[in-house]
Amino acid sequence: MPKQLERINDFVVKFANVNGSGSASANQLFAKSVLRMGVPATPRNIFPSNIQGLPTWYEVRISEAGYLGARGGVDLVVAMNPQTWDKDVQSIEPGGYLFYDSTKPMPLSRFRDDINVIGVPLTELCNAAYTDLRQRQLFKNIIYVGALAALIDIEIAVVEGLIGEQFKGKDKLIQPNIQALHMGRDYVLKHLTCPIGLRLKKSTAVGDRIFLEGNSAAALGCVYGGATVAAWYPITPSSSMAEAFQSHCRRHRVDAASGKNRFAVIQAEDELASIGMVIGAAWNGARAFTATSGPGISLMQEFIGLAYFAEIPAVIFDVQRGGPSTGMPTRTQQSDVLACAYASHGDTKHVLLFPEDPHECFTMGADAFDLADRLQTPIFVLLDLDIGMNERLCAPLVWDANRRYDRGKVMTAADLDAGREFGRYVDVDGDGITYRTYPGTHPSRGAFFTRGTSRDTFARYTEEGAIYQNNMERLLRKFETAKRFVPRPISRLAKQPTRTGAIFYGSTGPAMTEALDLLDAQGTHVDTMRVRAFPFHDDIIDFVAQHDRVFVIEQNRDGQLRALLVNEGSIDPAKLIPVLHYEGSPITARFIVQEISEKLALSNVTPLRKAVP
Amino acid sequence: MTYIAKPRFRHPDLPKNTLGFTRRDYEGAVSTLCAGCGHDSISAAIIQACFDLDLPPHRIAKLSGIGCSSKTPTYFLGNSHGFNSVHGRMPSVLTGANLANRDLIYLGVSGDGDSASIGLGQFAHAMRRGVNMVYIVENNGVYGLTKGQFSATSDKGSKSKRGVINMDAPIDLVSMALQLGATFIARSFSGDKTQLVPLIQAALEHKGSAFIDCISPCVAFNNHPGSTKSFDYVREHNEAVNRLDVMVGRSEITADYAPGTVEMVTQHDGSVLRLRKLTADYDPHDRVSAMTYLQRRQEAGEIVTGLLYVDPEPDDLHVYMNTIERPLNELGEQELCPGPKALDKLNAALR
Repeated sequence: MPKQLERINDFVVKFANVNGSGSASANQLFAKSVLRMGVPATPRNIFPSNIQGLPTWYEVRISEAGYLGARGGVDLVVAMNPQTWDKDVQSIEPGGYLFYDSTKPMPLSRFRDDINVIGVPLTELCNAAYTDLRQRQLFKNIIYVGALAALIDIEIAVVEGLIGEQFKGKDKLIQPNIQALHMGRDYVLKHLTCPIGLRLKKSTAVGDRIFLEGNSAAALGCVYGGATVAAWYPITPSSSMAEAFQSHCRRHRVDAASGKNRFAVIQAEDELASIGMVIGAAWNGARAFTATSGPGISLMQEFIGLAYFAEIPAVIFDVQRGGPSTGMPTRTQQSDVLACAYASHGDTKHVLLFPEDPHECFTMGADAFDLADRLQTPIFVLLDLDIGMNERLCAPLVWDANRRYDRGKVMTAADLDAGREFGRYVDVDGDGITYRTYPGTHPSRGAFFTRGTSRDTFARYTEEGAIYQNNMERLLRKFETAKRFVPRPISRLAKQPTRTGAIFYGSTGPAMTEALDLLDAQGTHVDTMRVRAFPFHDDIIDFVAQHDRVFVIEQNRDGQLRALLVNEGSIDPAKLIPVLHYEGSPITARFIVQEISEKLALSNVTPLRKAVP
Repeated sequence: MTYIAKPRFRHPDLPKNTLGFTRRDYEGAVSTLCAGCGHDSISAAIIQACFDLDLPPHRIAKLSGIGCSSKTPTYFLGNSHGFNSVHGRMPSVLTGANLANRDLIYLGVSGDGDSASIGLGQFAHAMRRGVNMVYIVENNGVYGLTKGQFSATSDKGSKSKRGVINMDAPIDLVSMALQLGATFIARSFSGDKTQLVPLIQAALEHKGSAFIDCISPCVAFNNHPGSTKSFDYVREHNEAVNRLDVMVGRSEITADYAPGTVEMVTQHDGSVLRLRKLTADYDPHDRVSAMTYLQRRQEAGEIVTGLLYVDPEPDDLHVYMNTIERPLNELGEQELCPGPKALDKLNAALR
């Protein structure tokens, strides 16, 4: 008899399915049921670049303590995919559980003797109850949710309630689903010992938090931030953001009187056209954005340089995936940092924002439009697949009713009539930001020619070296000004004073929070700083100066943020120790703790010569 | 004499249009193109067309890509906002601008390298989307700024100034525009102002995607014997299918025409196009027969010019997208931001 893991409100369940088998909504039902029990749950979809047939997994981390990062390891596997059986069985922690369809007997050699096996004849149950093939496939998924509910003590009323909500408006589907749910539950209650060692107990840990995808939240940020033009080209993992914008707009942006749209979403022919349209719209005074991923950023390079040099606002959401090239289109990475920071040929620098979760996808998504207008330059919002395409628990979204859009320095017809002098690239107040006019403003004043060639302060073509250089220096001044407007970093001090620091950003946040608790428990003290934007605020440079060594934790191979810190902050590279996780799955607390512990142990070894007395 | 600044001095008796502007108010900076360049004639035709139509200069946005042709927006409509974008990508920038403010008039200027080579994709997609604009390709069959390489519109067998024979089949943008759904398609010649000015006027009045392929000989690199885009060659092979007068409500043109040779086309905005048919069997309302006719004449070595196709009741991108009448760039928080209450509801639905 193997040992049995005993855990309440703290374990990891992983569903192994076949892509296209309709498992996604059943798995989501499971995750939502956990949340409705008041217990924080974080699902992660691990899916292939495929429509039907390849393996897909859905991992749910259940954590009363509220850890939302991936943990590593699995306590209960729901093995529904014969293709990946061996790997799935291997992934179970000793003492963990394997749930499988026992209709067809499996040879003993395909199991492990240190795990607990739960067999439910799902296919048999299904075939007895349904004749339609598609029904058999779909209801099999609901049957296993019912079985799991009994096994881990999910209140069945909670699941029933969710089914009712899910099929609201298609009411005739509710009863058959509930029936299937009970089929699984009844079988398990009758034939097996319930509950198992992994159990749920009602809690209040979820609180008032909400559950949504980062892509949807970012799209909502665009709606609230006043974006009216969206141009995009389908690419995983960003497509759902553009689609979410369209659906949010249909709900909130259709003129009630005329039935006409206060938005325009255009699916362009490629990413070059997408960014071109964004630049054209923003030049003409609309707030515009595109959503893309790494390959799209590569294609947009020339236009990004134009927007930087001609000083046109543009908002670019990059939902990062595994690169380079086509790379791992359905896996997560933070590997576009440098490609975005210095996008395009010539000397450029761009503003980057790093949201941590859907809540920040919303706030930074909206803020990006104020920043773009204020700074008249492209603003990159760097999500990644992990937060973009997965539902995540986060603080409720808030909006100040008194907030007004910051349209930046725009000269109006009234300003021009009042005799204000207009020079498109004249820096009147020293912050590097100049006034612009929208096309069509005034019959005789304020028109100018926008170009990607060098020009003087009145937008006239010139190849004069000094004038060119002055302009380039002003762009640097503007970048300096940007520090005042971008989100500040957030620091957290260890319980005891320490000379060790750690810098991280974006979706690494939840894993880092957990890692710090684990490090703290083992007596390792680390101050941290979460970078939320580039250009780097002075606090970040000071933070590095205040510590002897600073770990820079990233989800890419080359330590891209570290390179940016070294380059932009003139920091001694020896001080910045890279901690890099980039195999495509989200970074875990276990990984961070192990890396930091090992590297600290190495640096604490007394050099041999000194050790000899 | 491009190094001499244009004098600001104006004759007090210069004729004014109904808005009180003189022709000078539609001009731009002095051209820096080669003396005699066909593109400068097109700029002059644009100036004339806008002046004649009484268009407020600041309500026109002129956009271009990269190349000799794309430089020209500096040389006309100095009181209009201009945008010299990146090579081959003017259509997307123009499309975005149009989405932001549907009330302006959009004039896209491009060349054969810009539209038929590097920007062929954007050209095609702008045509099929029905962006409300005038898209002029100043077509000289050659890369001028980089000193005389063939472009994608160069005819097979035509000879470069260096004596090289072009062996690639040419791209005919007019045929493409016909196939892709543009609703106003014309071809003209920079050396034929009387044909070109009314075509530009009619295109400006057209509320849909209007395309004009304007053959514009390059005096520096493509005006020699052996070229099929030289002044002499085009004059000799030009076959105009019609001649156009544009009447915008007020200026009734009275002239006698032989019966059956004149056709009146009323455009969506009320402007009337008076088409004098020069070729009896050419019907500018039949897309398919226009395509066939063009192919046949091209086979015979002729360059067909005139108004080749027009849909008097076109739809445009804004109709397809059902956008509100008010320009999107005029909307503020009131119209765009759903506010905190809607967000509370959303939060509740996400628990």
